[in-house]
Amino acid sequence: MITVTGAHKSYGTFKALDGVSVDIPAGSLTALLGPSGSGKSTLLRSIAGLEDLDGGSVVINGKDVTGIPPQQRGIGFVFQHYAAFKHMTVRDNVAFGLTIRKRPKAEIARKVDELLEIVGLDGFQHRYPAQLSGGQRQRMALARALAVDPEVLLLDEPFGALDAQVRADLRRWLRRLHDEVHVTTVLVTHDQEEALDVADRIAVLNKGRIEQIGDPEVLYDRPANDFVMSFLGQVAHVNGRLVRPHDIVLTRDRNEAYAADAAVKGSPGVITARVDRVVRLGFEVRVELTADSSEQLEVQVTRAAAEALALDPGETVYARAAHTPDAWETDPALAI
Amino acid sequence: MTATASAGLAGGTHVSPAEPRPGPDSLVPHHAPPAQRPSRGRPYATGLVTLWLSVVVLLPLAALAVTSTEDGWGGFWSALTAPSALAALRVTVLVSAVVALLNAVMGTLIAWVLVRDDFPGKGLVNVLIDLPFALPTIVASIVLLSLYGPDSPIHVHFNATRYGLVVALAFVTLPFVVRSVQPVLIEADKEVEEAAASLGAGGVTIFRRVILPTLAPAMISGTGLAFARAIGEFGSVVLIGGNIPRHTQVASQYIQQQIEIDQPVNAAVISVALLVIAFATLFLLRIASSRSLRRETAS
Repeated sequence: MITVTGAHKSYGTFKALDGVSVDIPAGSLTALLGPSGSGKSTLLRSIAGLEDLDGGSVVINGKDVTGIPPQQRGIGFVFQHYAAFKHMTVRDNVAFGLTIRKRPKAEIARKVDELLEIVGLDGFQHRYPAQLSGGQRQRMALARALAVDPEVLLLDEPFGALDAQVRADLRRWLRRLHDEVHVTTVLVTHDQEEALDVADRIAVLNKGRIEQIGDPEVLYDRPANDFVMSFLGQVAHVNGRLVRPHDIVLTRDRNEAYAADAAVKGSPGVITARVDRVVRLGFEVRVELTADSSEQLEVQVTRAAAEALALDPGETVYARAAHTPDAWETDPALAI
Repeated sequence: MTATASAGLAGGTHVSPAEPRPGPDSLVPHHAPPAQRPSRGRPYATGLVTLWLSVVVLLPLAALAVTSTEDGWGGFWSALTAPSALAALRVTVLVSAVVALLNAVMGTLIAWVLVRDDFPGKGLVNVLIDLPFALPTIVASIVLLSLYGPDSPIHVHFNATRYGLVVALAFVTLPFVVRSVQPVLIEADKEVEEAAASLGAGGVTIFRRVILPTLAPAMISGTGLAFARAIGEFGSVVLIGGNIPRHTQVASQYIQQQIEIDQPVNAAVISVALLVIAFATLFLLRIASSRSLRRETAS
């Protein structure tokens, strides 16, 4: 369990953290998601003690660690660019935390072997980091962080330096590892897909503040505001309001569209649009439209729906929102 | 003539002060040059390089070797083992070793302060480091003599002592370690230190187990170059050293003395000895640096 209360941190006039309070439940895998400069890395580094807060406190498992150096916080930290000890073998890298604690040799050897097996680097003991791929290096860094039995595991954009395929593999692997190890884990990412894929909970940060925190489904289905909605998942603009592209219903019949729309409380209305392009992407079909207001929008429909509509470029369709996000009901300012 | 040849030999190995990163033939093991495909100009380039090296380096060295054995191997041996010759070599190596070690510590510290700390006048200090490169060494000798000589304004008299030699050589070799460690420190990944801290390592442990091994190749290389330079140094010690045989007379001064008393063979023999020491130093550096290079960039 990590509790951050009223965290403030400024660099000159730039407010990296502007009063952030967040609870991270024990055993969870929480993603801190936000654009660059949103303060997500600063928050993570403050939990680790690698940054000193200007104000506020950090409590890890009931112990107030504010002002305590990283050495004594019981953390494991994984960096985007691996931060491998280049002059040490894989074994020595992983053993580092145990070696400096002067644990018995046999215990170190057993623990390192066990961890290397968990991270799939068995047999790489005597290699140097330069002889590993990026993904292997990051798994070594994870094993190194886990070796000291940290109370919390902190990952700063851990897959950011890897290519797409390795990244996807590794985050699924991390998810499985977390399910086995159950250490409270905080992961920083700017990639909403990664956050949705791997995390139990997501905190969306923007301009040094937390916009919303919750389960991935809650954030996706019931975003607190436009920022969260547009940052997490795709959006289309319908009469100036944000709707998920798959929540837009297309109809050829004008009267039917208006009748259905009248039944949706607080709906943004119906727009008349011209079909620009119909793209088949396997299971789904993307329809690109230009509205009367000359606004561009993209709509996702199922293949069956697309076949039923039989749309061709140049034709006119009526688009409406199938339902409205809760945000419009909870925050009237959004429902203009 | 031979004296300047041997001084120039050791001096010729130093890193150009202007460039922060040592040249392509540097011993600092950082970026391995990419393998280049042979081009059509290659035979000419190779020929030119061979010619140049022959004229500038190999032929003079060969001539020196020939001169040194003019009196046969027995002559060579007795010139080398003459008590004053041996003493001069011993003083040279001893003082150079002390200076090299001094440099290893102080040079690294200076590089550290220049890279990691911010203070007013940092740019000026950075320029100051290179001054011993730019300054004619005889000027260094005069400067040191006026401060530590018989008329010392601070009443510290190093004139004609081994301390004087150490101070003079430390002055001249100051930039070597600083300039080889500095770029490595600049490029050093601070996250590695943070990673060590997150794993529980305190400041001393981080320095000893993480930073020092990263700096070691550059430190060794800088120290070795400083040593090689110190061995052949002449100008900076000529005034403050005092040239007292078997006490402060260094090898290069002994060589000059032998030339002056018309013993060119003796001079050549000691020159060859200096040459061998310098070459062995550089050779060992090569081995040490290529070993760490292999480890850090192995693929």
